[in-house]
Amino acid sequence: MVGRGLLTFKTTPSIMATGVTVGPLEKKSPFFDQFDKVYDDERCGLGTNEHANAKMMDDACKIALNKLDSNPSKADFLLIGDLVNQMTPSNFTASALGIPYIGLFSACATSISSLITAALLTEVGMSNCAIAGAASQHMSVERQFRNPVEYGAQKPETAQWTVTAAGAAAVTPYQQGYPSIEKATIGIVNDLGMTDPLNMGAAMAPAAADTFVRHLQGFQTKIEDYDCIMTGDLGKTGFTLYKTLIENKGFQANDSFRDAGVEFYGEDPTFLAGASGAGCSSAVYFSDVFGKMMAGNYKRVLLIATGALLSPLSFQQKDTIPCIAHAVELSMK
Amino acid sequence: MSIFITAFIVGGLICVVGQLMFDVAKLTPAHTLCTLVVIGSILDGFGMYEPLIDFAGAGATIPITSFGNALTHGAMAEAEKHGIIGVLTGMFEVTSSGISAAILFGFIASLIFKSEGKA
Amino acid sequence: MNENKYAKLEQQTSPKTPYLRNIVTAFITGGTICLIGQFVSLFYMTYFDFTERTSSNPTVATLIFIAMLLTGFGQYKKIGQFGGAGSAVPITGFGNAVVSAAIEHRSEGYVLGVGSNMFKLAGSVILFGVFSAFVVALIKTILVKFGVISW
Repeated sequence: MVGRGLLTFKTTPSIMATGVTVGPLEKKSPFFDQFDKVYDDERCGLGTNEHANAKMMDDACKIALNKLDSNPSKADFLLIGDLVNQMTPSNFTASALGIPYIGLFSACATSISSLITAALLTEVGMSNCAIAGAASQHMSVERQFRNPVEYGAQKPETAQWTVTAAGAAAVTPYQQGYPSIEKATIGIVNDLGMTDPLNMGAAMAPAAADTFVRHLQGFQTKIEDYDCIMTGDLGKTGFTLYKTLIENKGFQANDSFRDAGVEFYGEDPTFLAGASGAGCSSAVYFSDVFGKMMAGNYKRVLLIATGALLSPLSFQQKDTIPCIAHAVELSMK
Repeated sequence: MSIFITAFIVGGLICVVGQLMFDVAKLTPAHTLCTLVVIGSILDGFGMYEPLIDFAGAGATIPITSFGNALTHGAMAEAEKHGIIGVLTGMFEVTSSGISAAILFGFIASLIFKSEGKA
Repeated sequence: MNENKYAKLEQQTSPKTPYLRNIVTAFITGGTICLIGQFVSLFYMTYFDFTERTSSNPTVATLIFIAMLLTGFGQYKKIGQFGGAGSAVPITGFGNAVVSAAIEHRSEGYVLGVGSNMFKLAGSVILFGVFSAFVVALIKTILVKFGVISW
């Protein structure tokens, strides 16, 4: 152990397959052709938004397992989460798949917290195939955290758009030729007093910067060691703040810095500061980043997913927004 | 025809006041609308809202301020006839077409529409 | 970095609120909605038995009906993003708040969903409208009783 919350995986578990499913609006995403499945209906043809959320996650898990010529009955663990009340969509997914399940909530950082948990179970030899993932469905999340979808409130330029997407990754013991999980940093909750839920990027940036600095200082690595350092869903405002914050700590951001939220919908100004939601980071990490690693474009990447740990209740009671960021370091050997 | 011009200008200006409450005072839409309703009610207490309606027509009756005005106006009209008791009865007698229309059309909408997450 | 320092940095970094643009669009949007209201009210005065005063009731109802259609077809939120307070302050914004909540909660049923949640956004406007009307009318009645002012 090199520091508190810093994990080194000796067995370097691998991510052997991924599955990403998205809603119809995500056709606008530059990553679109890398997604495995797209639904023509925001509700996937089902009755409620929450059912759609569960269905997307269910399909993403099955797609990942299919790529391994496997099926849910052969998976050891299901480690997923979403943003709806008590994570009922994930619970229904788990019920349908019948895989031993732990629900995880780290808001939009669940993509990485689940990956870390899966890697830990694999590291101790208790799992041959663990599914990690996260999902969000635009309408179910908007109604949960903000206003009704059709309510005509003016959103500022700092606001982000919750994506409809689910991403799942199958974590197995080390396999040659697949991205392997080498190191991870468990985030510390950061709260610098931000209260605006329409500027989540600003609330999450300090958590991302903190985890970034802890990871690089703890493991004695440099920015140049990575082909890509990608944050989850900071959005335009948060991404700029994050780069300023790490600059204050003596790190100069370069071209390898990316943010899934900034890139998810391209330059479309309709989406204001960019994308957000648990599905945002998982969809991009498990499609674009995974694909680029498999293709050999990236040898070593650092993924830092951020989560705003607020609820409508805490916001209305005028509490601040505590935020977390978890990091995982992947490499191709 | 000048009523059309004043309706546009007065209605627009009341909305600008609301926008300033959003942007400068950083109030939520709900806080802004509640404040405007209270302002409308107080203006009627000073007898200033009715002249505004005469001047601007729909420019004064369409913004939410007129909702506060309508309620206050009803309460005061009854109070004039029946004293203190009239304040209560008058307010309950006020049939706001805004509320009943919103309830009716809101329910109808829930029967026929589904929300779409389109940008 | 402490909270105050970060708040300063956040304010420098976050895009500035486009005050002037917002004021102009709010003015145009709000003005236009009121102008439409004036035309509707003229329609009721011309073709039905309404006076300048009484025509405001059917006008308000008509505008809420239009707001229902725009909300249901997913257009009101676009107007709202453009017009800001210009579409929130007119009675159509009140209608949008009720209708959007009603549509949203349809999945929980008509009683527990639509019925209970319809006024979750607009309810506070009714509360403060009624309460302020009560206070204002009460004060005025008392002042008149003591002969300070007259009706």
